[in-house]
Amino acid sequence: MTMFPLNRRRFLMAGAALGAAPLVMRSRPAFAASLTAGFIYVGPRDDYGYNQAHAEGAAAIKDMEGLTVVEEENVAESDAVVKTMESMIQLDGAELLFPTSFGYYNPFVVDTAKNYPDVQFRHCGGLWTDKDPKNAGSYFGYIGTAQYICGIIAGHMTKSKKLGFVAAKPIPQVLMNINAYTLGAKSVDPSIQTQVIFTGDWAMPVKEAEAVNALVDQGADVLTCHVDSPKVFVQTAAGRGAYVTGYHTSQAPLAPEKYLTGAEWHWETVYKMFAEKALAGEELPNFVRGGLAEDFVKISDYGPAVTEEARKQADSVKAEVMKGGFAVIKGPLKDNKGNEVVAAGKEYPETAIELEKMDYLIEGVIGSTS
Amino acid sequence: MSEITQGSSFAGAAARPLLGEAARRRLEGVLIPVTALLVGLLLFGLFIALNGKSPEEFYYLVYRGGFGTWFSLQNTMTRAAPLLLTALCVALPAQLGLVVIGGEGAFVLGGLAAAVVGPLFGFAPGWVAIGLMALAGICAGGTWIGLVGAMRHYRGINETISSLLMAYIAIALMHHFVEGPLKDPASLNKPSTVPLGPDMRVGEIPGMDVHWGFAVGILACLLAGFVLSRTTFGFSARIAGGNARAAAVQGLPVGRLILAFTAAAGAAAGLAGMIQVAAVQGSANASLAAGYGYTGILIAFLARQNPVAIIPMALLIGGIDAAGGFIQRRMDLPDATVLVLQGILFVAILVSETLSGRLLPSRNAKG
Repeated sequence: MTMFPLNRRRFLMAGAALGAAPLVMRSRPAFAASLTAGFIYVGPRDDYGYNQAHAEGAAAIKDMEGLTVVEEENVAESDAVVKTMESMIQLDGAELLFPTSFGYYNPFVVDTAKNYPDVQFRHCGGLWTDKDPKNAGSYFGYIGTAQYICGIIAGHMTKSKKLGFVAAKPIPQVLMNINAYTLGAKSVDPSIQTQVIFTGDWAMPVKEAEAVNALVDQGADVLTCHVDSPKVFVQTAAGRGAYVTGYHTSQAPLAPEKYLTGAEWHWETVYKMFAEKALAGEELPNFVRGGLAEDFVKISDYGPAVTEEARKQADSVKAEVMKGGFAVIKGPLKDNKGNEVVAAGKEYPETAIELEKMDYLIEGVIGSTS
Repeated sequence: MSEITQGSSFAGAAARPLLGEAARRRLEGVLIPVTALLVGLLLFGLFIALNGKSPEEFYYLVYRGGFGTWFSLQNTMTRAAPLLLTALCVALPAQLGLVVIGGEGAFVLGGLAAAVVGPLFGFAPGWVAIGLMALAGICAGGTWIGLVGAMRHYRGINETISSLLMAYIAIALMHHFVEGPLKDPASLNKPSTVPLGPDMRVGEIPGMDVHWGFAVGILACLLAGFVLSRTTFGFSARIAGGNARAAAVQGLPVGRLILAFTAAAGAAAGLAGMIQVAAVQGSANASLAAGYGYTGILIAFLARQNPVAIIPMALLIGGIDAAGGFIQRRMDLPDATVLVLQGILFVAILVSETLSGRLLPSRNAKG
């Protein structure tokens, strides 16, 4: 296959356009490592959500010595992502790739990793197994516990004792967030209920706005969501006078008064670790996961409306979580159809494999998984 | 149907025009769109310059990223593959004057049908299963858009609106089945159907990094072009498209033509969906609805509904897509820039249509 014969003048022009001229033109000391890392996003990188969380992680490592970052947004979960990865490898010389969307993994990342054994692929989502290529891998965060803490804040702030949750699809990860959020709120007042509306897909701004309106009409006064871009969600909810807790990244700038807190990814930790190891020539781990204690996820700064009492309880639970081994899901626990899902005395810390197959909504959640 | 309405101009032959009428039309058919594309590119260059970036750099990157290397060219062909067939889904009904814009629905259902049928024939040889999957995709897509044609013919329902709305229904159906009855229990956080076995996958054209769907798309476009220009069936469709009532008076089966062309259109999009599942995704899931059906509309209009012209236009848009990522990375422009370019090209081509028949003056055309 022909390599792209880089015309040096062009390359420098492009580099200058990127504002990365100093990186490109710096004459490298003889032994310093250099590396190009590619980030691929499924949506726009300024979406106030999933993609922005990754782009913020990428931006945080941009200035690392010897590192060049290339990014591409709006790449579909099809052979488009294969071509983008190959283009980054062949035309940009990327040696470390972060395809960040869950649906990129199988078959696209796996197949491309087989075809380019010298390039390292790390995919967001925790799908890698030892049967997959050794130059591929996964990273993911346990964000359910962060949602539990947001639920505590929501539990303190609700007057109607009814929370609203706008969710994309009833898949295990989303159900975990809904259940954790509800359990957090119920730890404040067991009578609190969470009403869930599933929109059916990850980016449905019109349906998300309709869901917010429906929830507020039904009396919910604190809302959260699990969709790719919470922008419309936050603006609509705040416009209706409800409090919101955010997801993926901080949406505080969109509703400074109504934003209470949020469960955020903190990918900077992961990307910095991978980039440092790659630059130092060390082997990259295939599988990394972490939660609040490992700094893979974080809680947004509390908004001005959050009461002292709410802060206090949230902070004390957070301190508990930081010690490690904290379990949000523990028995006895019933689902919202009255069946026991976790027996008394049983505890599942966030790392428990059983949680990855969650298929129920707990007692206190109004809604159905199908 | 300009060729028919202008058919009487041979009377002007006595005035010895510079070019024969047919040659003049053919030359115009190439000159007008090419000029429109160039004008569109120039306008876009202005847009880039207004954004403080170098247009020269932009053109260079489009060339490099889309066409300038063997890797780029294969990237372009891969991206063009589904678009060839989804563009046919627009261009075929257009021969009858119908504007069908719901190819996305046929695409998605074709893919779903293929993903269901394939695993049922796991015991059969791979090529049999692939053949049956293709048939399933063709039938599903053909039925879907055929239904649009039937509603048009029997109930007079506007095909543009109904095809678009039916695309939403098709996507919702696909979500329902993939996340409900047809969900592979192993696909936890990305609900999908059961993955196809390796011998049911459509592979790559030997010596290339492009799957067979590209070849199938090219053949389908050529076949459609042949049927339209060289058979009485295609000729009657074009007459019906020019004036349906006159065609009916002449005894042409306008209703059957509408059904046949909409079904064939849906079949093309359904086949594209099947190829997407068998060559790319490996199972049906929400990623099927990636907008290939809608991009097909753009290409069919750029090709002025000519099936053979779909080939270069699909390659052009595929190339711009392929270069899009490269441009994002090198020029630090958002992805929307490429959409602006596509939009400007689209408008330039549509506007240029008004020049048809006026660019190269023939003696008998006054003014």
